[in-house]
Amino acid sequence: MAVEPITEEMAGVCVDAHGSAIGMPQLCGEWIPNQIFWLIITLVVIFFVLSRIALPRIASVLAERQGTITNDISAAEELKRQAKDAEAAYEKALADARTEAQAIAQKTRDEIKAKLDAATVEADAKIAEKSAESEKVLAGIRASAVESVEAVAKETAEAIVAALGTSADQAAIDAAVANRMKG
Amino acid sequence: MATEAAHGADMAEHAVEGGLSFHPMDQFMIKPLFGAGDVGMFTITNVTLWMFICILAIIGVMVLGTSRRAIIPSRSQSVAELAYGFIYKMVEDVTGKDGLKYFPYIMTLFMFIVFSNFLGLIPMSFTTTSHIAVTWVLALCVFLGVTILGFVKNGVHFLGLFWVTSAPLALRPILAVIEIISYFVRPVSHSIRLAGNVMAGHAVMKVFAGFAALAVVSPVSIVAITAIYGLEVLVAFIQAYVFTILTCVYLKDALHPAH
Repeated sequence: MAVEPITEEMAGVCVDAHGSAIGMPQLCGEWIPNQIFWLIITLVVIFFVLSRIALPRIASVLAERQGTITNDISAAEELKRQAKDAEAAYEKALADARTEAQAIAQKTRDEIKAKLDAATVEADAKIAEKSAESEKVLAGIRASAVESVEAVAKETAEAIVAALGTSADQAAIDAAVANRMKG
Repeated sequence: MATEAAHGADMAEHAVEGGLSFHPMDQFMIKPLFGAGDVGMFTITNVTLWMFICILAIIGVMVLGTSRRAIIPSRSQSVAELAYGFIYKMVEDVTGKDGLKYFPYIMTLFMFIVFSNFLGLIPMSFTTTSHIAVTWVLALCVFLGVTILGFVKNGVHFLGLFWVTSAPLALRPILAVIEIISYFVRPVSHSIRLAGNVMAGHAVMKVFAGFAALAVVSPVSIVAITAIYGLEVLVAFIQAYVFTILTCVYLKDALHPAH
């Protein structure tokens, strides 16, 4: 390969006088024991390095990672469950509050309605009383008015009769006026 | 594959005289790191160096990368976890739950192959998995391990793997012969598939690189190297994947020999 001084010593079973391989180096018997010896040493070393250090370590790392992932997943599931619980509790509280609010509103409404009804009844009673009183007064007024009308009518009738130059007795005039006012 | 490579080597020798220098196979040479000389069994070579780098890379990603043990992983920890999960799932899917205790062995194979393949893609590096000696040892470990495991777990019943009870009785002996042959060919195909793919890709890149010396074809050659390199990135992973999943399939046969 590399340019090396051509010496007779280099020539051997596997190497020609120019320092090149004769045929296939793979088939040169002189080089085989050396390779087998070093190969076996290499394999033993690799085997011990792998089986004593590398492989158990990688196995433990992989197992640890698997464990961590499993733990994380279960923790996440636990948290998710908790969140669901919290949500359910919140929903329940909300529903309770709504029901309570409705109950309070209903109660207030009922109270107001009861008060209103009582006030209405009272007011009605007052109004009825007032109107009855007014009626009475009105009836009084009306009665006195009729009386006044009757008196005026009698006086007027007397005056008219007197003006006509005749006299009539009081009783006849009264009867006539009363008779007319009925009609 | 092998003939192709040999052909490449032949071509290289012819080309030397023509001015172009092709040495596509030289990248696979084993060289002592310190001084020259013969490569003995215990010589510290470029194989040692690149396998050592492979170990360091694996430690870097799998040990240092995960040292913080973070629940939310850093980038390097993600890579380590990805590799772990990928192979763990593969073992579980193919062999079933009872195959999981062999997971560290399969992980070792996968990590070594995938890191060697990718380290081999660094220019001027040495690819350990391009050598049949290496892949053969890997495949042989799988083959022997699986066969011994099969007999230990199932006793004589393991031989039921070769006796296809769902086939007509007359066909069974013939099928048994075929099954036995295919069983013993497993380590061969298992090892040559990996080494062959890696070696071929690297050799092809080297051949194209050789052509880059000619000014006329060098643009084409560089584009081709880029394309092949992209392909090799894919191959580096896929071959590691294929090797590992076949190991899992063989392991499944050992654990559950009934078809």
